[in-house]
Amino acid sequence: MLAMNYRGPYRVRADERPMPRILHPEDAIVRVTRSCICGSDLHLYHGMVPDTRVGMTFGHEFCGTVEQVGAEVRNLNVGDHVLVPFNIACGKCHFCQQGLFGNCHESNAQATAVGGIYGYSHTAGGYDGGQAQYVRVPYADVGPMVIPDWMDPDDAVLLTDVVPTGYQAAEMGGIQPGDTVVVFGAGPVGLMAARSAWLFGASRVIVIDHVEYRLDFARVFGPAEVYNFREIDDMVVFLKKLTDSLGPDVCIDAVGGDAAGSAIQTLLGTKLKLEAGNAIALHWAINSVKKGGIVSIVGVYGPTGNIIPIGNVVNKGITIRANQASVKRLLPRLIDHIKNGHMNPKAMITHRVPLTDVADAYHIFAAKLDGCIKPVLLPNGL
Amino acid sequence: MMTKAMVDTSAMPGWGVDADAENNPTWPMRQIDNQQTRGLSWQRPAQQHPHVEVLRSIEHNRLPAVIGTSTPPSGLSGAIRRYAFRRSESDWWHWLLLMGADRINVVEGVIEDLAHGKVPNIPAELGAKAEWKYNKKGFVLKAGTVLALGLGVAAMLRGGPRPDSAEEPAAPAEPATTMLPAPYWETPPVPAAPVVLIAPDIA
Ligand SMILES: [Zn+2]
Ligand SMILES: [Zn+2]
Repeated sequence: MLAMNYRGPYRVRADERPMPRILHPEDAIVRVTRSCICGSDLHLYHGMVPDTRVGMTFGHEFCGTVEQVGAEVRNLNVGDHVLVPFNIACGKCHFCQQGLFGNCHESNAQATAVGGIYGYSHTAGGYDGGQAQYVRVPYADVGPMVIPDWMDPDDAVLLTDVVPTGYQAAEMGGIQPGDTVVVFGAGPVGLMAARSAWLFGASRVIVIDHVEYRLDFARVFGPAEVYNFREIDDMVVFLKKLTDSLGPDVCIDAVGGDAAGSAIQTLLGTKLKLEAGNAIALHWAINSVKKGGIVSIVGVYGPTGNIIPIGNVVNKGITIRANQASVKRLLPRLIDHIKNGHMNPKAMITHRVPLTDVADAYHIFAAKLDGCIKPVLLPNGL
Repeated sequence: MMTKAMVDTSAMPGWGVDADAENNPTWPMRQIDNQQTRGLSWQRPAQQHPHVEVLRSIEHNRLPAVIGTSTPPSGLSGAIRRYAFRRSESDWWHWLLLMGADRINVVEGVIEDLAHGKVPNIPAELGAKAEWKYNKKGFVLKAGTVLALGLGVAAMLRGGPRPDSAEEPAAPAEPATTMLPAPYWETPPVPAAPVVLIAPDIA
């Protein structure tokens, strides 16, 4: 079968690989129909995530048809078209039982701080991902969900990560009716967070980025007030001025360690790797949010450490909430939202690319060429 | 097994009088209403027995039930990874060693390709086709830089030990290095030879 093959920072290609096999009685093998490239794949692509081994296949946002099931799989049948949440979750452990499906204790040998994630380095379990024609899906009765007949597969594939991650970002913000919400990052997750903020009752949604075409998209898709940080001298002063000097009620970091802005953070985090990426978005979030406000983090950072003004968190009485999205917990609600027309995720898909062109797809997405917002790979054709 | 009540709290004055179920900032992410026990007490899924080497965080007291088996550790990078896994996730060296191993692994990947008779088409892997299509200016700048760098290296190699050409070797390499733009080509050291080989493919 054909699969994406990571060869080193900025270098990927599609190669023939052995078919995945059932390795556990609760496994399924899924034939991939759609597989997105995610902003967090770019952290891997840029070589920022420790224990990203050459030869691995990425891809944690995919849907496909069930090809084969293990002996203990009860809920899935061969031929079912399923969407597969990016979290690998057992459904039984201490954490899964609390609804923390992104924090499963039975899916990642290499680390305890994060649950297993498809195609996301060995730090997230060492699973080959879905940017391939076929993929092994562990705990097939827990994560995968049969795609409803009425649902467009383009919406379904976005329900595996970006929609629930953006939605959970807004949920963790504890947004109350009337709140002003600032979202840092106009990538797919930031766009979904902005859209979701309205569903929680925000009265004003502001999106910050530096990529003009994405800000233009956010203005309509959010809809949101948008600002380009390249044109702003001091982001924190600017946001205070927009909000009667008090600061926004809720700030959402939908950027993570691959941020731009702040030469010093870029030097320390991106170039020298002395911190786990560039934490400028989080820095801005903490320093601009209202006293007593909430900072919600869904941007991906590495496991070491970042320079953030933690003293200000204390002095301002800020609540910080963060997690990998618990996709399975959120799916029923999000499916309702799509059915009721409260959100239209598939509008974010700008590129549809055969798997053979995976290197170009990564480059277009990473370099933000050709107006790219969300690329989807089609490993088995249309 | 650890249970919720580790000590007899009934005799403790005021125990739990300020408990407030509403004051749970983790809800609904963490839903603990029906939680009876704590610790490693759940009914575990069947244990997968890995057929390849799998490294385990020392913060785990047992192997998780299901395991990823992509790309087991191998070579020098694998040896470094094994060593890194002697340290916890809280130890900076754990991660720095793994990052170091990742870089070495890239070189091993190229050697592996060559050993299988495959010359990696590095420009294609870097997405040169897309760069040419959507960012011609960037493409020309980067290709020019790599070419200059290649010529510089070639000149250096050619001019190295000759006693009669003292001024020749260092000079050409200098401007090429300072021109190197960020960040598209910067991470892997791009060997000079494949670029020339690949040129027809780009056009
Ligand atoms: Zn993702
Ligand atoms: Zn679990």
